[in-house]
Amino acid sequence: MTRSNLILLALVACIAALPNFGGSYTLRLGTIACMYAILALSWNVVGGFAGYPSFATAAFFGSGAYTTGVLLGKGMPLAVSVPAAGVASFAMASLLGAALLRLRGHYFAIASLSLIEVFRELVNNATDLTGGGMGLNIPLTAGSGVLADATFFFYAMWGLLLLTALMVTIVSASKLGFGLACVRQNETAANMIGLNATLYKSVAFGLSACFVSAAGGVYAAWVHYIDPSDVFDILYSVKPIVMALIGGLGSPVGVVIGAFVYLGLEEVVWRNYIQIHSGVLGVLIVILLLFLPRGLMSLRSRILPWRTKHV
Amino acid sequence: MSEILQLQSVSRHFSGLQALCDVSLSVNRGEVLGLIGPNGAGKTTLVNVVTGVTPASSGTVTFMGQDITRVKTYQSARAGLSRTFQIVQPFAEFTALDNVAAAALFSQPGESLKSAREEARAHLAFVGLEAQSGQLAATLTLAMRKRLELAKALAMRPKLLFLDEVNAGLNSAEVERATRLIHQLAASGITIVMIEHLMKVVLNVCTRIVVLHNGRLIADGLPRDVIKNPAVVEAYLGQQYAQRSSAHG
Repeated sequence: MTRSNLILLALVACIAALPNFGGSYTLRLGTIACMYAILALSWNVVGGFAGYPSFATAAFFGSGAYTTGVLLGKGMPLAVSVPAAGVASFAMASLLGAALLRLRGHYFAIASLSLIEVFRELVNNATDLTGGGMGLNIPLTAGSGVLADATFFFYAMWGLLLLTALMVTIVSASKLGFGLACVRQNETAANMIGLNATLYKSVAFGLSACFVSAAGGVYAAWVHYIDPSDVFDILYSVKPIVMALIGGLGSPVGVVIGAFVYLGLEEVVWRNYIQIHSGVLGVLIVILLLFLPRGLMSLRSRILPWRTKHV
Repeated sequence: MSEILQLQSVSRHFSGLQALCDVSLSVNRGEVLGLIGPNGAGKTTLVNVVTGVTPASSGTVTFMGQDITRVKTYQSARAGLSRTFQIVQPFAEFTALDNVAAAALFSQPGESLKSAREEARAHLAFVGLEAQSGQLAATLTLAMRKRLELAKALAMRPKLLFLDEVNAGLNSAEVERATRLIHQLAASGITIVMIEHLMKVVLNVCTRIVVLHNGRLIADGLPRDVIKNPAVVEAYLGQQYAQRSSAHG
């Protein structure tokens, strides 16, 4: 295992100690941070490893939330509903990927963006199953107290983050990861050396959807009420990309750090500039990306120049 | 003589442009076939059609007895068809070693990354790039990248190898070196089809030559006969070349 993958797993392990340091506000923030780290890490599989800028994250987040919500409503336990949402999404995304990933660059981005709209309309119109635009109430699943509830969902989200980090670690060290790196660099040449690029891209797209959907499921159970405009919010697609860019494209540790830095910034800015928080946050992101176009991970080689390789 | 590759009335058009028109051609096992012709004659299109990059509009391509006309690029690569690109296509962010290892890894079933890297070392040594194995492909010189392409193609253990202008843009010492490599490959039993503009190289290594012009095959035969063929002289070689070569010969 490479050192950066070890750092990633160590970082995720450290987060588990969070409940010892704060109340329900900290836990809420921690849960959201874990959720976005899952989204960003997952996006990195298709966007960073394979080089296909997907905007479909929100589509799979929403479909996972609804799958879990509906299953919970039918009396299934959380431990069944969430994995079911993940597996269903993996299958669906792999199939959709085989078609969508024929497009490249901007065309793929637009097509993946349209998935959100399609899924939202499907959920909106399947009123009997999903409640349509009225939203879906989800039965309580966790402990009784506020703090017990917060702790439970924090660990549920953290567990998913750990699984996602493990998946990313395994992929990046495997033949799949090596093949995705080939596809990203030169897809024509990748096909020419006997690599089934369509299969590799589809699996990558499936993996990137799987844990996002599971996170959507935990989110739905956590907030007890979802509606289409909430869980199919395009920001679930855009924020993970911004996080990955802040952290450093393609580097899993960078992506997780990017997610935490982004959420930290968002929280601080929101508290201090309530009137103009979006504007301030936007300016900060632009400045970050202007001065660190390769993300926070590039700081490592600037601060520790002797570590720089192959430049 | 046994045929390894057969094209039967293959045509390919790009909307209005007829890039290949009714081309029938067979490649025999173990030969070094030169594919020549002026720019835009359809030489690279022919390679693209055979390797499945741009499938034929009509006609059939048979490789080792199997119809591969509609087969995907990665499948024909696994079947033993490999090629180098006229415009080199390295994985720029990979080291030279990983470029070649990728070729071994994805073309051979059951290969692991570790064994692929070991194999890659041998191929890099064969093309004389062992000193550059840790270097990023993007930082190699053009001549080195051309040889890297060759090493990648070899790592796929090809039965039939297309060399698309491996000598273009090289200086004469580099051309000589590349020519030696091609001789060695041919001696090892790999069937080679080479697209080449340097007639010196063509005459030096090829056992047979076919000539394409405007998407049609206009000549097919032994090198010394083909270069005297009036249609070839007219379309490609030019009068001057013909006079010079007949003066020499």
